[in-house]
Amino acid sequence: MSKEEKVLKKKSPRNAKWGYIFIIPFFAAYICCTLIPQLMTFYNSLFMNYRDGLTQVGPKFVGLQNFVKLFSPDNSGTIGILKYFGNTIILWLMGAIPQIVVAMLLAVFFTSYRLNIKGQQFFKTVIYMPNLIMASAFSMLFFTLFSPVGPVNQLLLGAGWVDKAVDFLNIKISVRVLISLMNFLMWFGNTTILLMAGIQGIDQSLFDAAMVDGASSTQTFFRVTLPLLRPILIYTVITAMIGGIQMFDVPQILTKGIGMPNRTSMTVVMYLNNYLTTSKNYGMAGAVSVVLFIISAALSLVVYSSLSRQYKKPARHRKY
Amino acid sequence: MKNNDQSEKARIHLLMLRILVYAILLFLTFLCLVFFYMLIINSSRSNAQLQAGFSALPQGNFIKNLKNAWTDASINIPRGMLNSFIIASSCAILTTYFSALTAYGIHIYDFKLKKPAFLFIMAVMMIPPQVSAVGFIQLMMKLKLTNNFLPLIVPSIAAPVVFFYMKQYMESVLPYEIVESARIDGAGEFRIFNQIVLPIMKPAIAVQMIFSFVQSWNNYFIPALLLDKAEMKTVPIMIAQLRSADYSKFDMGKVYMFILLAILPVLIVYLILSRFIIKGVTAGAVKG
Repeated sequence: MSKEEKVLKKKSPRNAKWGYIFIIPFFAAYICCTLIPQLMTFYNSLFMNYRDGLTQVGPKFVGLQNFVKLFSPDNSGTIGILKYFGNTIILWLMGAIPQIVVAMLLAVFFTSYRLNIKGQQFFKTVIYMPNLIMASAFSMLFFTLFSPVGPVNQLLLGAGWVDKAVDFLNIKISVRVLISLMNFLMWFGNTTILLMAGIQGIDQSLFDAAMVDGASSTQTFFRVTLPLLRPILIYTVITAMIGGIQMFDVPQILTKGIGMPNRTSMTVVMYLNNYLTTSKNYGMAGAVSVVLFIISAALSLVVYSSLSRQYKKPARHRKY
Repeated sequence: MKNNDQSEKARIHLLMLRILVYAILLFLTFLCLVFFYMLIINSSRSNAQLQAGFSALPQGNFIKNLKNAWTDASINIPRGMLNSFIIASSCAILTTYFSALTAYGIHIYDFKLKKPAFLFIMAVMMIPPQVSAVGFIQLMMKLKLTNNFLPLIVPSIAAPVVFFYMKQYMESVLPYEIVESARIDGAGEFRIFNQIVLPIMKPAIAVQMIFSFVQSWNNYFIPALLLDKAEMKTVPIMIAQLRSADYSKFDMGKVYMFILLAILPVLIVYLILSRFIIKGVTAGAVKG
């Protein structure tokens, strides 16, 4: 904003009123639909409040008992929420690591003048497409394709690679691979496009200078591209993380909400959803939400600080 | 002589690298398309054909499956698509209009709470919507708004991510002079926004309309908790219903057709506007 603009704005004090009028709808909607429900959620976490068959238990104030229950082991000695957080992290890593590595590779390929890849628009269109597909429908599709009587098994049996149909949805590792594969397919195109924009934002003369100095393409990547891409890479990783802790649609549909086999593909949000649908246990659901909130707030803080660092420095990146 | 040798070597090296890169790209293309290809093939096969074995080529029952799926008694897919369409288009319009309005309010005017308001929106941007679900469901039950589309539409007025996109866009295309000269011409503040600013923002609004439509069309978590009447259900809820139904009794051709119908509207819009949509992905996230 130039000085002149500031003077212009100061000249018309009636403007302040309009500023408030224009932002009121947003804040009214946010307060009613998100902030108040959020506070109600936190409040709920302190109450015993659920349905047992046809009888309603509570609401009765129990302090932090829900949290104690949440973090104490069940009959078989496992602490549910830790197990589901563990599952969520494993499923996320299995999808996100290949997602970021492949996206990085593709972004470098697409922006390389030396390689001069043809048909970029086509490839970009194809790899971005799964991002817009309804996650629940995509998951249902995988369920039908990989079911014991589905086409994948027909193909395997037909080729004689297996003797009897493989029950992909009852084997821990294959369920996890299928979930991560879907997440990978849905997100690597998006990441590629973001990273490409990041690389294209780097001053071309830096690459030229590296070439003149005789740097190999590997050296250029690690010494020039990667350091300058760091801010965008951090942004990508952390938004992917926040997407990851929300993981729900894909495993929910694929495993019919039970995280089979033996709850090894049950994510935190599926756990929350279970409390909300089957037992209407608003107390426990509230406690899970509080834990989820704390974790995402911590992650957002990291994003926030990394982004503000990025905004302080851009001039330095471009001046060289 | 030695120089020639070296450049020959470099040429071969580059050629090999290119072949490798194209191979990787083709493999990923295959991975992205094969499942949808199988979906389309299988939606053209009857239940008996599907049980009989794998086929890589379409068979002639597409229309029959479409008819069966469209008129199914337990899963009313046309109604679901209509419901999803009503919700998604309302969300798309509200989200873009009010996000642009909020961004404009913060971008153009000077007021005491301008900075706190901006920081607040940025701070809540990353909080997942599931965190407030418990309270939201309870509130809607108290207000008797379950099985109603309003709780799925009204919250879209406050969309921090879309707001951020609009703000970024405004910073690059909307000089203050335009607003000021419109004021000198005697235009009211709302008229300036609706008739001058919105047209300038058209590309950003179009992109965000598409994204918010798609997001709402695909949304499953909250709608599944609020809608349980058959005639109010949206498409993702019907897909989930398909999953929990007794699988062995189903006509599989029909199941594939349901899945295809669920993703088809978005797929068609994408194939028409892909260039524009892909450009839009980066415009808000990466500045300059």
